[in-house]
Amino acid sequence: MNIFQISWKNIINKPLNATLSLVLFALGVGLISLLLILNKQIEEKFEKNLAGIDLVIGAKGSPLQLILASMYHIDAPTGNISLKSAAPFLNPKHPLIGTAVPLSVGDNYKGYRIVGTTPTILELYDSVQVEEGRIWENVFEVVVGKVVAQKVGLKLGDRFYGSHGLMDNDDLAHDDVEAFKVVGILEGTGSVVDQLILTANQTVWAVHDHGAEESASDTAATHDHHTHTMDLSKPLSEYPEKDITSLLIKFKSRSFQTLNMPRSINENTDMQAATPAIEINRIYSMIGDGEEALRYLAIIIIIVSGLSIFISLFSSLRERRYELALMRVMGASPGKLFLLIILEGLLLAVIGYVLGILISHLGMSVFATQMEETYRYSFSGWSFLPQEAYLLVGALAVGFLAAVIPAIQARNTDISTTLSEG
Amino acid sequence: MLQTRQLEFSYDGKMQFHFPDFSCASKESWLLLGQSGSGKTTLLHLLGGMLTPKKGQIIVNEQDITRLSSSQLDRFRGQHIGIIFQKSHFVKALTVEENLVLAQQLARLSVDRNRVQSLLDRLNVGHKLKSKPDNLSIGEQQRVAIARAIINKPTIILADEPTSALDDHNCTEVIALLEEEAHKAGATLLVVTHDNRLKTKFSNQILLDQEIQKL
Repeated sequence: MNIFQISWKNIINKPLNATLSLVLFALGVGLISLLLILNKQIEEKFEKNLAGIDLVIGAKGSPLQLILASMYHIDAPTGNISLKSAAPFLNPKHPLIGTAVPLSVGDNYKGYRIVGTTPTILELYDSVQVEEGRIWENVFEVVVGKVVAQKVGLKLGDRFYGSHGLMDNDDLAHDDVEAFKVVGILEGTGSVVDQLILTANQTVWAVHDHGAEESASDTAATHDHHTHTMDLSKPLSEYPEKDITSLLIKFKSRSFQTLNMPRSINENTDMQAATPAIEINRIYSMIGDGEEALRYLAIIIIIVSGLSIFISLFSSLRERRYELALMRVMGASPGKLFLLIILEGLLLAVIGYVLGILISHLGMSVFATQMEETYRYSFSGWSFLPQEAYLLVGALAVGFLAAVIPAIQARNTDISTTLSEG
Repeated sequence: MLQTRQLEFSYDGKMQFHFPDFSCASKESWLLLGQSGSGKTTLLHLLGGMLTPKKGQIIVNEQDITRLSSSQLDRFRGQHIGIIFQKSHFVKALTVEENLVLAQQLARLSVDRNRVQSLLDRLNVGHKLKSKPDNLSIGEQQRVAIARAIINKPTIILADEPTSALDDHNCTEVIALLEEEAHKAGATLLVVTHDNRLKTKFSNQILLDQEIQKL
């Protein structure tokens, strides 16, 4: 039985005293750790999905909304733009634009967004490869992201109907047109493409034009005829009457001209251009304010818990002064009594820390499940950060500070006076 | 063995105690008698190395404990001096067994659980090994306190009013037990008391009369 065990037994001998300190400590540590994990994982999602995109062009509206809808697929799009106005940016000979990816958004399958686009989108996300099967070559052929394939259980050759809108709703299923056919499954990248169902822009048009046309003509013949008029070999600029949702642009290189491009688009066209870097920084600063307030709250809770450890140790000393004197009589040095009380403070801090980390990671797992249900983004509750190790150092410091005055008192226990009192 | 020479002590320079010289051999039992305020407890604390005298020598096992450094004294106390207090105090969070093991460890002696068990058995509290001290009766606590005082086979055993809370029957029994155990351990037993019941039980007695000078 070493001094560590005696400290431990002293703590569990007064479980109620210890509980208050532990609960407070765990709350404080848990809150800080949760903020750290959340911040880190959200930032990771944002950074990863920046994908080197320099500009997003879409319908007028909130630039942040345009970015969130087009790059992160978590908000509704601002509207549509006509291919006629977008065509210049899709021109491969454009002097400034390196890559331009058209997006047609508006349908989903079980909550996973169906995005009409061109295969160039794969280049944006670290040149993600098709892991199984091939890229789409015909209308109604789709390539699904890794997460979609896993969560929904889609395999090559599977057929399904998309449903209208961006949230899962069976009533809005497009089951009056041809079913989508899975022809490829992408490798997992950790970026947003994992949770998308990709197809040609023409597929999205086919699905929606059909709905409009159906009211006019009802025959199966028109039906078939229509879907096959979409030819993937023709460039999108051949369909000036069609709409797309937005364009993701990557410049060849940044220059004075590219710097001016957003303003000129915003002023001279009925479209808007949004710069991801600016909008994401806006989000960070918005999150940052709330996070800072919460962090101060957590620090206050930890200080209060330190105070509670101090008070409980201090008041227990009054009760334990005889046994401390007794330990001195039995041969314990003053330093040993000091250590005994310090260890009690540190033990409480470590247990509080472990509980706190457990709370935060459990909380994060719950949050992750919710985020996945709502936005199809996957977060992890069980990844740990180096900052959590610093948090342990901080916790130990609080435990030490809370215990140091009681420990000095214990060290100074006067055997003779204490024992002659009782 | 235990010996004092020209022992003097003063509290804050206000009260001065002069103690008589005495010498007690191993295996002897001594009674230290005195009225309240005669400095009995002070003498006991001096002998136990819990107070430092103003003058004089306290020789325990041929070692003048007044010359030891404080850390040497801590260790010496644990190994050579067993003390039984008027009220039994224990480390409340630990069991009876753990309290005795703690006494061995704090004295930096090796842990001997067999000795703990056999000692408690001999004192009829062997079945309380795993109990918390608070759950013991006063009599049982007293026996465990005796066990703790002798667990390390000390050179001297100091007992401060060990019988004040006990009835006649238990008083006789506890004193017999103390003498027996001290004898077995080869220790000098010094019982400090104002309990007149004990006067007849000890042939060796030191009487503390008023040697205090109020300055």
